[in-house]
Amino acid sequence: MKLFKQSAKHSIKFFLNGNQVEGFAEPNLLLSDFLRKEIGATGTHVGCEHGICGACTVKLDGEAIRACLCLAIQVEGRDVVTIEGLADTEGSLGIIQKAFHENFALQCGFCTPGFLTTLDHYLKINPTPTEKELREVYSGNMCRCTGYDEIIRASLEAANELLKIKTLNLK
Amino acid sequence: MAKKDSELKKMKPAPFDLCVAQSVKEVVSLLKQNKGDAKILAGGQSLMAMLNMRLVKPNLVIDISRIKDLDYIKITKEFVEIGATFTQSKLENWPKLQEIFPIIASVLPHVGHFQTRNRGTVCGSVCHSDPSSELPLLLALLNGEVVLSSTSGTRIISAKDFQTGMLSTACETHEFVTAIRFPIMAKKYGHAFIEIARRHGDYAIVALAAIATKDSIKLGVGGVADIPSILELKPGDLSNLSDALNTFAWSLDANDDIHASAKYRREIVRRLGESTLRKACNEII
Ligand code: FES
Ligand code: FES
Repeated sequence: MKLFKQSAKHSIKFFLNGNQVEGFAEPNLLLSDFLRKEIGATGTHVGCEHGICGACTVKLDGEAIRACLCLAIQVEGRDVVTIEGLADTEGSLGIIQKAFHENFALQCGFCTPGFLTTLDHYLKINPTPTEKELREVYSGNMCRCTGYDEIIRASLEAANELLKIKTLNLK
Repeated sequence: MAKKDSELKKMKPAPFDLCVAQSVKEVVSLLKQNKGDAKILAGGQSLMAMLNMRLVKPNLVIDISRIKDLDYIKITKEFVEIGATFTQSKLENWPKLQEIFPIIASVLPHVGHFQTRNRGTVCGSVCHSDPSSELPLLLALLNGEVVLSSTSGTRIISAKDFQTGMLSTACETHEFVTAIRFPIMAKKYGHAFIEIARRHGDYAIVALAAIATKDSIKLGVGGVADIPSILELKPGDLSNLSDALNTFAWSLDANDDIHASAKYRREIVRRLGESTLRKACNEII
């Protein structure tokens, strides 16, 4: 059993986009605020801060979750992937990012990190999603700009691209 | 001082001590020591929102999510038991779900969203006891049970006795829910689920679930009264369903709120209640 006293900062070591990092957090600090304010990874956005909008979605041990409904201390020793981790190793756009860019699937970009991290996990479970399935998955993400159609188009294209690469690699 | 204020303001929840527990034994002794001033955190998909809005301000939060012994699903002759940290998405992906509980399989996609099901637990949703949640409704409809643990051991109570009102349960402050049980139905049954919500995955304005066997029919309604309500019928009642549903709808003590009026909710129970029941019945004919 480990006790973390209130109003004190505690050291948290975890993996952020593959690199081990350390930060300090009070027990009541949310993962979303921890990432943005303590670690300085501001790619993760916060909208509603109580689990409704999906803007804060990150991957925890590979699964898309809401960072505003998770405590910073809970990620101790675990693996967090944020939008920053979806870029290619050279820092250029990753496949999913590129598909969103090319299909005009973002305008203000506030919701975008949440959509991308959600899709990144979902395509691992279902590499060939239908439009209906995507719309169901995205029920947990709100976008106030695009009207969703472009997001669906981009997501389908990203799925296709990823499949192509997979078959190429198999050959 | 100014610094301190801004430090505090960046916290959504009020301050609390956080205990990351490794075993059930640790949790129950902490609960006993803290006499009602502690909250259990499993997946956090209900509690974290309540903390963020400062609707609850416990002095101690006990994180049970790392207790390996509670992350299980097991199947016996009589029931399927789900441990306190087993997530909704794990249940969704449980290979036997479709065969044993097709009704749960059809309802789970409506429970929150993809991201919240990845973290939210089945037991947590039952503990939160929101009148509009689907899982408490199913537990009541299927005559489920809740396993509560404390320093003096475990006790098992029916879903009906567990849910005592809006966001309130029979769980005492010195105990916590370690599992829930869904009894396995002996006979083949038909089922149906219909939900009205503002957005797919949101809390239901009205949720209706029905199960039917050759000799008994049940309709469960969530989102209207403070706790799920169950209407039991015999196949003979089907000829005069609208009267039965009307009486039932009036008995529910529906409330007006920002999402819908009581009148609208009663009307949904009458109309969709009928189609939900008929759909369930048609499946076994
Ligand atoms: S900020 Fe987390 S869901 Fe809206
Ligand atoms: S791009 Fe502006 S909210 Fe989605």
